[in-house]
This record gives sequence, structure tokens and C-alpha cells, in this order.
Amino acid sequence: MTDAITAEGLVKTFGKGDKAVHALAGIDLVVPQGTVVGMLGPNGAGKTTTVRILATLMAPDAGRATVAGYDVVSQAQEVRSVIGLSGQYAAVDENLTARENLVMFGRLYGLPKPEARRRAGDLLDQFALTDAGDRVVKGFSGGMRRRLDLASALIGQPRLLFLDEPTTGLDPRSRMGMWDVIRGLVREGTTLLLTTQYLEEADELADTIAVVDTGRIIAQGTADELKAQVGGERIEVVVHRREDIPVAVQLMARDCSGDCTVDDHTRRITVPAAGGVQTLVQVVRDLGDAGIPLDDVALRRPTLDDVFLTLTGHAAEQPEDTGEQDQEPVLASGRSA
Amino acid sequence: MTTTALDRAVPVTTQAGPLRKAVADGLVVAGRNLRRIPRIPELAIFAILQSIMFVLLFAYVFGGAIPLPGGGSYREYLLPGIFVQTLAFASITTAIGMTDDMNKGIIDRFRSLPMARSAVLSGRTMSDVVYNAGILVVLMLSGLVVGWRVNNGLGDFLLAVALLLAFTYSMAWVGVYLGLVVPTVEAANQVGFITIFPLTFLSNAFIPIETLPEWLQPVAEWNPFSAFVAATRDLFGNPNPFVTDSFPGQHPFLMSVIWIVIVLVVFAPLGVRKYRSTSR
Repeated sequence: MTDAITAEGLVKTFGKGDKAVHALAGIDLVVPQGTVVGMLGPNGAGKTTTVRILATLMAPDAGRATVAGYDVVSQAQEVRSVIGLSGQYAAVDENLTARENLVMFGRLYGLPKPEARRRAGDLLDQFALTDAGDRVVKGFSGGMRRRLDLASALIGQPRLLFLDEPTTGLDPRSRMGMWDVIRGLVREGTTLLLTTQYLEEADELADTIAVVDTGRIIAQGTADELKAQVGGERIEVVVHRREDIPVAVQLMARDCSGDCTVDDHTRRITVPAAGGVQTLVQVVRDLGDAGIPLDDVALRRPTLDDVFLTLTGHAAEQPEDTGEQDQEPVLASGRSA
Repeated sequence: MTTTALDRAVPVTTQAGPLRKAVADGLVVAGRNLRRIPRIPELAIFAILQSIMFVLLFAYVFGGAIPLPGGGSYREYLLPGIFVQTLAFASITTAIGMTDDMNKGIIDRFRSLPMARSAVLSGRTMSDVVYNAGILVVLMLSGLVVGWRVNNGLGDFLLAVALLLAFTYSMAWVGVYLGLVVPTVEAANQVGFITIFPLTFLSNAFIPIETLPEWLQPVAEWNPFSAFVAATRDLFGNPNPFVTDSFPGQHPFLMSVIWIVIVLVVFAPLGVRKYRSTSR
């Protein structure tokens, strides 16, 4: 199997002297054909710059990259004929209708007019934009614009798709809708490079995640592999009485594989649990036998948040809307007309 | 015609010649620009009102102040000057359109497509010629109302119109380059205005060159706009009583064609190169 994308030592610096910003400090990346790689990182980590270089919008200062076997600098036009790009901001003409946009991009992609028209109609259907297809884009909602932007990226039936923060700024419902659309594309075998600052999104959509920070890829692997780097599952116990802590620690250390971490203030004891649920049951039984009343007990898997924190020493950027989106009811699959 | 996925993946670029592809892509972009015009009607309406305003202001304000020796009609003398001035100013509109495109997300889409690199620029210049042809019609009709007349035959008339359109096409490439080198729409407007405004007035468009201070006269004589104004006056059969002995004064049509070639040869490659290297 060939690699759809390879990047070696990509470097990009903006500005000069003291004001220079090292957007990329040596990015190495391999995306096998037919897979989804998620680039995960905070704002300014270098995700967008990487995508812009791979999509031939920008040349790297150093390093080289190939897309579908073509060099992104010396064979840029060949690269362009096999990729689709959908960015953070809807790159469509606001004063044209959705259909006019799609037909125009299709023609510029090299499709004959009837073929461009047919593809445009199909994509409007696929993205639930048929009813709005002949309306000027200016009046579209954010979610509709993103869907049109993604449809525009697909007009030439690209083998390889770059999605730069496809759901940033979308409301939770539109976001779920985008995820459905993206999953559909992946099922059809499109190779996808996705950037996101949402841990949850990378977890949901990507086969492999590349964690990016300050212009470097600091870790790469499946979500599970990354989580394993931080450690496996842990048991968290909150005892009711502070004086029970020493006994509880002693019992838990016997049942579990590692050292206990104790927070005296919250009376929380945390311990790695190699045996998972089995160990949890054992701990609960032992503590019960010892007559130690518990306020809380939980088996906790590491989240990508933990991964990010461990790898970078700082938490991932938390977008303002994250607080609510978990509670928000998902009304429809998002493909509302 | 059957095409495999691979054939489709490498479209017309390899099938048609690069020149054909460049023209086809340029036409697609031009079509897009033209479609936008009725969607933003205020721009076209103000451009038309401004043209009519110029005709009326110059005809009635300067018309009485500048008598033509030999008794020719100042309004007939004036109108070709206004045509050239308006079409020269139209290059600012081109610059604004270009800057606007460059600052919008759509330029990233264009850059990521396997389209001809020149198409965004050639499309812009082609659509602006069509747009300016419309403005020219409005100008001519308003001119007829205030007393401008075409005194030569249809052949000369058509040649004059063709020259004006070729002029506006070459000026559009100046506008494209200007639009690419300035960062904002406001800057495009300012830079365009402070360069083109004095150039149109330091010419034979509104006043006889002989009325200028002696040291300024060669500037006005060799000013490209003077050649276009004189050439169109001759072709429309409008009075052009201030012919000088200079080469542009004697051969305004030839000089106009030379200017068009010079401007295109300089500004089209400059623009395309700037567009390729610009990444915003």
C-alpha cells in the first residue's frame, strides 16, 4: 500500500528577525492510503500551515512532502488534480448560489460543463442543500456554508481530502451533521487528513492521531496507543472518613499494580489498575470487608485530555462552546434541509 | 466517452493545450465576476450615476469657461476626454475587485484547484472589459443628450470603440497588478486615485495642452491618456484643434496601440508573477 501523504522535516517561518514565528519546526508525517489521520493541537500549533503546504497553497522553507506520490512544490498542479481542500473559513463565493459555486469549481477542476452540472446536483442532494441550491450563499447559515465548502472540495472526486478544522465554530447539531458526512466519505475510501483542536473529534473520526504542538508532531498513534502512553486504567476511590485513608491505601496497594496517589483534602485515592474491572471489584470488596464507607468509586480510562496534558505540559485549547455541547440534545442527524 | 478514475484524476490540463486551458478557465472566472454584478446592484448603479455626473458637470461647468479656437463644440471636444478618463478610473475598480478576491477565502479554493494560474487575473480583466463596455454605452448616450456627436462613418466609430475597449483592457491589467500589491481595498482605492487622477488632468482630456506651463507641455504630450483622447477624437470626427508637432501629437492612433502593447507586456507578466508568489 502506498502512502497518500508523506512529509519530511517541513519547516516554515513567518516574518524575520525578532518577530519571526516558527510555525513549523520540522513536521514528519505519513498518511497511508485510505486512512484518516487527525492532526490534533491548539491554535497556532502549525496544523493549518501543514495543510496549506500539503495542499500547495504555500511552499515550505525546508523539508519535502509528497501527496499521492507527487511533490507538493515541483508537481503542484498534479497534486491539485487529486486533492480536495475544505478550510476553516468557507471558501466559496458569497454572491453566487450554491449551485453556481459548485459548477464553477467543477469547471475549473477540468470537468466538462454537463458533467460539472450533474456533479453539482448530486452533491447538493448528498449535502442536503438541494432546497437552498439556487439561493445566494450570503444568506446561508454557518453549517450550510461549511457543507457547501466541503461539497466544493469534493466536486472533482478527489482521492485525498484535507479538512482544516471542519467543525470549528459550528453549533453542536451542525457539528454532529458534519461528522456524519465525514464518516460517510471515509466509508467510501477517501484518504483524509483532518485537523482539529477538539480532542473528542479526533477520537471520533481519526484512525491515527498526530499530536501537534509548537510546530512539531510530539506523538503519533491510535487513540488507544496514545492513551496507553499516559498509563492504563485507574481506580479512584473517595473514602468517607479521613482516618480510613492509611488502611484503604494499604488494601488498594495489595490489590493493584502500582503506587497509590492520595489527595488528603478530597480524601481521594488513585491507583493504576492493570486488571481493570476485576481489580475494581476486588478493591470494593476488600474495602467493604474492612468496614470503610466510601463516597465514590470509579474506574477511569485516560482521556485524550490526559494525553495532551502529559505530552505538552499544558491543557489543550478549550473552545468556548465545549461546556454545553455534551448536554445539548442531538435533535437530528444534522442533515436538516 | 468512458473515463477511468485515473483519467478523471488528471483532468484537462494534460488533454487540452495549456493555452486553451488558460482561456477556458479565464472565461469561467470572468463568468463568475459578471454573475456577481447584478447581485451587488449598488456598485453598478453608482458607477453609472458617476459617469452621468461627470458628463453633466464638465459639459455645463467647464463648457462655458473653455472656448475652442476655430469655433468647434467644446462638448464634442470634451466627451472623448471623459470616455478615456472614466475608463482609466475603471482600473481602480479592477484593483478593488482583485484585492477583495485576494482577501477572501475563495482565493484559497482557486489556488487548490488544478486551474490555470493566470485565470483569476485574466478572468478579472475580461469581465471588467465587458462591465466597462456597459459604462461606455451609458457615457455615450449621456454625451448624445448634452450635444456630443459622431461625425465620421461607422467604420471609424467602431474602430474608436475598439480602441477604447483595448485601452480599458490594458488598464485592467494595471489595476490587477495594483490590486495584488496593496494589502486592502481602501489602499487600492487611494493608490489608484492619487496616480490616475493627476494623469488624466495632466493631459489633453479637458484643456488644450498649449494652456499648460511650457515645462509641463511635454509631459502632457507624452502622457498615454493624451494619445488615446486625441485618437478617439479623430475617429469620432470631434474637434481636436491642438495638435502638436510631437510624435504622439502627430500619430495618436499608432501611439495608442504602442501604449497598449507596452502596458500589456509589462503588467500582465508582473501581475501573474505577483499572483503566483503571493500567499496571504
